[in-house]
This record gives sequence, structure tokens and C-alpha cells, in this order.
Amino acid sequence: MVQLLFFYFAFVVIALGLRIVTCKNPVHSVLLMLVLFFHMAGFYLLLNAEFLAAVQIIVYAGAILVLYLFVLFLVNLKEEVRMSPFIEKGKWLGIVGALALFVTFLRGVKSFTLGPHGTYTIEKVQQLTHTKAMGEAVYTTYILPFEIAGIILLVAVVGGLALAKREKKGA
Amino acid sequence: MVHLSWYLTVSAMLFCIGMFGFLTRRNIIMMLLCIELMLNSVNLNLAAMSHYMEDIRGQVLVFFIIAVAAAEAAIGLGIVVTLFRNYHSVHTEDITKLKG
Repeated sequence: MVQLLFFYFAFVVIALGLRIVTCKNPVHSVLLMLVLFFHMAGFYLLLNAEFLAAVQIIVYAGAILVLYLFVLFLVNLKEEVRMSPFIEKGKWLGIVGALALFVTFLRGVKSFTLGPHGTYTIEKVQQLTHTKAMGEAVYTTYILPFEIAGIILLVAVVGGLALAKREKKGA
Repeated sequence: MVHLSWYLTVSAMLFCIGMFGFLTRRNIIMMLLCIELMLNSVNLNLAAMSHYMEDIRGQVLVFFIIAVAAAEAAIGLGIVVTLFRNYHSVHTEDITKLKG
């Protein structure tokens, strides 16, 4: 059952990924990306990471993709669907480069061995609940990265405002 | 039983697809979307490692990556809006001011 689900998610994610990068209309790409994010959340559920699945849907599907859609509506895309979506002569170079990288990754995967196991076994995480286990790690061991993530988000808010602000005439 | 290497392979494929899109698409918004694709594949990799190593660190890292991806999307799209306002285009071949 788990294997079946894994193959379903893997197939959909790869097929959608290929469709997204070759789709002419960016709006279609963004909407397909939404489906892809839901299937990534399914992967997280298979990996016993319920909190990450929820965050994936809330942040990626709920916030980031809406931002992309709004910017796509602001930008003029009338001639976009008539042009080739790829840069000149870039397509074949890109395919060769991506395939070469994939072969390199496969070699790495083949010779990969896991390190020593940690203390968060599946039973322990299930007993604690995943959100609590994550929270304990984030708010104790990883409190400094957590604060830095907050500052990064603040910088993003200020930067986004400063970039999108219309400059005054003559200033 | 799902092996770790299956997850790693799916993640590698998704990363390569994202890299292909980033290198070849002419629309800057699509390039940013491909970066999200690559970040997602890295997240999947980290979550799978974390699950199979019975350690929570990988998933904490995924959490932080999602936060940074949100910030990156906000700033990147802000830059795209500014570019479109100045050049009336979001295609990479039209933005050649530094070329002289």
C-alpha cells in the first residue's frame, strides 16, 4: 500500500514537473505547481512528517503560489503564449546539462550510506506527536536559527515593500 | 518497504527538472518557479533522510528552508515587478542594460 502510494506520488510529481517546465502559459504552470505541492505534502505524510505536510500546503500552496499568480496578473503575457518558452539554442544544452547532473546524482545515490541513527524513532515521534517533537527541537536546540528565520522574513517584508513602491515623480 | 534510495532518486529527478527549467526558460517568473521546484526536491531529500535516520534535524531544516523560500519568493517577485515597470518585459533577452 505504502509502495503504491509512493509510486503514485513519484509519478505525478515527475510528470507534473516536466509539464511545468515545458508549459507555454505561465498561469497553467503555476496551477500545475499547486497540484505538485499537494503531492509533495503527500510525500511528507508518507514520511511521518504531518507538520511539514501542513506547512507545505499552508505556506507553499496558500501563500507563495498566490503571490506568483498575482505577479503573473500584473505582468503582460499576451505575446508569451505565442513565443517559444525557451531561450535560443538553450533547450538542448539544458537537456544535456540536466541529464549529466542526474547521472552524477545517481552515482552518488548508489554509493550512499546512512550515518548513525538518532533518538527520534517513529514510535517516539508518534507518541510525542510530530508537531511537539518539531517544536521541542526548534525552540531549544535550534532557537538561534529560528530567530534568524524571523529576521529574514522581516527583511523580506521590508524589501518587498521597498521594491514594489512606486517612486515619486522628480524624486 | 520504500527504500531511501527511491526517495533520493525522485528528488534528484525533480532537482534536474528544476535546473533544466531554470537554465532554459526565458520568463523570469518561470525561472523563480523552477527555483521553488528545486527547493522542494531538496526538502523531500532532507525529510526522507530525517525519517530514515530517525532524527528530527532534517525536518527542522526543511522548516527553515520553507521560511527562506517564502522570503525569496517575496523579494524575487518584487524585483520582477520593478523590472516589468522599467523594461515592460519579463524576458531575459530584453534585459541587457549592463551589456552596454
